[in-house]
Formats: sequence, structure tokens, C-alpha cells
Amino acid sequence: MTATDHVQAPAPAPGAPSRRREKGQAARPAMYIAKKVLALVVTLFVASLAVFFSRFLVPGDPARFLLRGRSPKPEALEEITRQFGLDKPAWEQYLNWLGGILQGDWGRSLTYRQDVSDVLLGRLPTTLQLVALAAVFITVLGLFAGIVASLNKGFGDRFILITLTAAGAVPPFVAAIALVALFSVGLGWFPSFGSGDGGWDRIWHLTLPALALGITYIAMVARVTRSSMNEQLLREHVEVATSRGLTRGSVVARHVLRNAMGPILTVSGVLVAGLLVSSAIIERTFGLSGIGQLLVQSIDRLDFGVVQAIVMVVVAAFVLVNTVVDLVQPLIDPRIAAGTESR
Amino acid sequence: MTLAIQLPQAGLRRYGSLLSPMAWGALAVAAVVVLLSLFAPVLAPYDPDYVDLNNVLAGPGGQHLLGTDALGRDLLSRLMHGGRTSLLGPTIVVIGSTVLGLLLGLVAGWSEGWLGKVLGRLFDLLFAFPALLMAMLAIALFGKGLFAPILAMTIAYVPYVARLAQSLVVAERSRPYVQAYRVLGFRTPWVVLGRVLPNLIPTVGAQSTLNFGYVLADLAALSFIGLGVQPPTSDWGAMIEESRGALLGGYILPAFWPALVVVLVVVAVNVIGEELSDRIGGKLS
Repeated sequence: MTATDHVQAPAPAPGAPSRRREKGQAARPAMYIAKKVLALVVTLFVASLAVFFSRFLVPGDPARFLLRGRSPKPEALEEITRQFGLDKPAWEQYLNWLGGILQGDWGRSLTYRQDVSDVLLGRLPTTLQLVALAAVFITVLGLFAGIVASLNKGFGDRFILITLTAAGAVPPFVAAIALVALFSVGLGWFPSFGSGDGGWDRIWHLTLPALALGITYIAMVARVTRSSMNEQLLREHVEVATSRGLTRGSVVARHVLRNAMGPILTVSGVLVAGLLVSSAIIERTFGLSGIGQLLVQSIDRLDFGVVQAIVMVVVAAFVLVNTVVDLVQPLIDPRIAAGTESR
Repeated sequence: MTLAIQLPQAGLRRYGSLLSPMAWGALAVAAVVVLLSLFAPVLAPYDPDYVDLNNVLAGPGGQHLLGTDALGRDLLSRLMHGGRTSLLGPTIVVIGSTVLGLLLGLVAGWSEGWLGKVLGRLFDLLFAFPALLMAMLAIALFGKGLFAPILAMTIAYVPYVARLAQSLVVAERSRPYVQAYRVLGFRTPWVVLGRVLPNLIPTVGAQSTLNFGYVLADLAALSFIGLGVQPPTSDWGAMIEESRGALLGGYILPAFWPALVVVLVVVAVNVIGEELSDRIGGKLS
């Protein structure tokens, strides 16, 4: 499901294997990294084009579009025209915008009367903490459920699989409501609103939001882990390891899980993007002032500059994580770097 | 004494063996929800917007089968009417993205030159925009409501269909029957649309079925945060949002029913979609 998953396998270049033998292995990782980084830059560039020029899809006067919901006084129109450079040709507007973004000048928010970058930076910690805690839950619970399911055949496996299918179908916002109903209103264990005072209080406040945010991906990671491990368990090298008399735990940890990591890592790109986008809904539900809630508020308050910046940040995070995953994968499974060249 | 001859089973039983019991259950759930929503104007016991302040937060049973919300509106009627909006959006998105994705995938898979490569890159690029994010950008551009997210999600789901169709077409292209048609001099559009396309439908259909569930959840989420369907129109997501106050006061049912329906429908759609793709996978291998 990731962008890189589906890259069409290029036809094997004639003579590629022989060149490899001549130049040796050293040249190939550099080529692989260069290719991935180039793809990253191109994707980010085209994405920035799409995000910037999306505004031009709206018919009518751009100054009036940007000032929707506010009094279109002549001074305001003049200010917005100057700020966005609306009197200049489109390509110049774009270059100014892109140049600004690269230099950390992300424009000004109409709502907050502040630099967009300042508004974003102020909101960033909450979102990062939320996503990080969700990632911890996903890793721990997802791997645990997946491993338990694959090691228990029969009823245990079936039960976990059905639970996972159901959990995977629960949208984060429904999970949020259910968790609040059960743990806040019902049992009173966790708060249903706000982000706490930092430290343990912060984690206590973020527990329910992080669980709601992660539920889809806990199920996804668990299912991928389960099937990936099931596939590995049938392999000969695992049988050999078992017959050598290694304990079950060390066979699973060193021979099964390690080889099963590939598919698990592949889904992490989708995961990060999904978490960032869904955090918009979760932060709003739990009253956390992070980037996600800022996005929803900015759409609500017609603050398009902020929306544009956040969309760009999320897309960049997604593309970046995918590239990192692509670069890390060969370290876990060396066949992958070789495979992309002559699959 | 029974004869050990395997005869094809007659009538409905044949279909029974085609689907697992779980898929049958899923189909039944989906059918009930669709029919109840479709015929809501006839079947709903009350006007979904009728406010009855003497009957606020009533429990289930008696006059109101599923109870009432904080304004005394009948929950069953609201669920049925809300289903019309909740199901309409994903239906449009899935039909739109399937048609567009099939066409683009056919072109991309069939053309061996630069066109296929350019389209492939375009699909990759679209993957970098999560559907929900694209929907929010579209709402920021075109305003709240259903139009913007439906448009954006149709585009966002095109690459899921197109990528799949492209890889299938590449596989089909080299199969003997296609080669035979080419040698016999049949026109390309006829071969592609008349002979290759039908072979893609089952696999693409399975993918699109799964997409339906994702789109339904995302559109409901948008309504839930107030960016999607606007009052007085309501859908399941908006119903959950409306009942948050009651929920914090300890009245769970007004939020529970729409949440349950959303989860039931998404589970049902997933089960059907996975069953379909399992069967096709089995057939191919």
C-alpha cells in the first residue's frame, strides 16, 4: 500500500550483473541511496506544486478567497495581495512560497496574527508526543498480539484473528468514543479531555487518545506480524534451528521475528501518515491542542495559509518516512537492495 | 445407502458453497442496513427531525425501539435516514474511483512506453496524499459539506484501483489469448475493453469493496469533526458527535447505536472484500 511498494519493477538492464562483478559491491549501496534520495526530492517538489496550485482551482478573485469570512475592506485586500504576492504571475508566487518554506518563512496566519511557523512549532510537541505514544502501543500490542496468534494454533489464533478483524474495522473516532465511554465515564480511570501538565500526567492524559489513534494500526501490525511469522515458521532454517535444540524463545526471536520484520517495516510508512492525519480527529475529540486540531480549526476559520503548510508537513513526513524505510530495509534484508536493480 | 457421485448442487445451495458462512452473515448485515436506509422514508417509525422535549434520552423499548437522543428524536428513525447520507458518499467515491482507476490503469498497463511510466509515477505521487488529508484540503478550498470530500476522495482512491489494474493488465498483455487477438488483427480498443477488461473486474471489485469501508469511515469521521455533512442533514458520524454531551453525562445509547452501525458495516464490507480476494487468489494460483 505504500508508494514504494508498487513501484513497477524495471526491466533488468542488460549487462547489469556483469558490471556488478567488475565494480564490486561497494558502488551499489551508494547508487541505491542516491536513487532513493532523488526520488524523495522529486516527489516533494511535485507535491509542493500540487499543494500550492490547489488554490488556483477555486474560481474567482484569490484575494477574496483568502479573506473569506472576514470583512473585505480595501486595506485588508491590499494587505493580503501584498502578503501572498497576488499581483505577481503564478510561477513567481510559487517560487516565493517555496523559497519561503525552505527558509523557514511559512507566511502569516490570518487567525492568530502570528507567523505560521511559530503557530506550528507551538503545537508540534503535543502531536509528536501523541503519535510517539501511539507508536509505542502499536509496536508493543501489535507485535505481541501477532506473535501470540502465530504461536498458538487453533482456538487462540482464531480468537485473536477475529478480534483483530473487528478492531481493524473500528474507525479511530469511534474507538475514541468507545474508550471515553468505558474508561472515562464508566470506570473513571482516565481523563477524557485536555493534555495534562507534562511528565506522567501528560502520559496519563494521552493514553486514551493514543489507543484510539493506534487501534487500526495495532490490528494491522498484528495481522502482518502473524502472517509474516507463519510464513517464516514453515521455513527450513527455522526447522534446522529447532532441531539444533535451541529454545523456542530464541528461535522465535532470532530466526523467525528477524526475518518477519521486512513486511512489518514496510507498513510503517503508511502508518506514520495515517497517524498524523487521524490525529486531526483524535486531537479534536480529546481537546488536545496539536497540529491536527490546528488543521481542523484552520479549515473552520478559513485560514488557508495554515492549512497549506500543515498539508505540506504531513505529506513531507510521509514521503520522508517511506524513504527512510526504503533505506533501512537493505540493512535487515540485504537481498532488497540487490532486488530493486534486477528484480 | 447413498451414492458417492458428486452432482452439482441445485438452486441456492450452489451459492451456499460459494461463500463462507461468515461472508453470508456479512452480506445479510449489509443488505439489511442498505434496505433500511433506502426505504427510510417509508419504514422509519418517526420523523427523524421531530423534537420531543417531553421524551428526552428515553431508553429503548416502548414507543421508541432504540430510544431517543438529547432532543427526544427517535434514534432508529435517525439511524435509517442518516444511513442514506452515510452510504451515498462512499458509493459515489467507489464508483468514481473504480471507473477512473480502471481506465487509467488500462492505459498505463497497455502502453509500454513513456506514458505508462509517467502514469505510474503519478499514481505513486497520489499515494503520498492520504485520502483524509486530501479531503480536508478540498474542504478548505471548496467549503464544508459532502461535495469537496467526495471529489477529493474519488481522486485519492484512484491510484489504489489504477495500480492494481495496471499490474493486472501487464500480466494479461503477455497471455496467449491477447497475443492471438493481436495476431488476428483485432483492434486494440476492442481487445482491451472487450476481452481484457472483464478479466480485471473480479480483482478490482474486491479492492473497491474494501475501499468502500475505508471511505465510509473517513466520511463519517469528517462529519464527526463538523467538516462533513452540515446540519440539519445528518449522518452516522454527525449523530455520534451530537450525542457526545449525553455520553459524558452517562447516556451511552445515543452514541452507541450509530457507532455500532458504522463498525458493523465496515466489518461486513471488509469480510466480503477479503472473501472475494481470497477466492480470486485461489482461482488464480
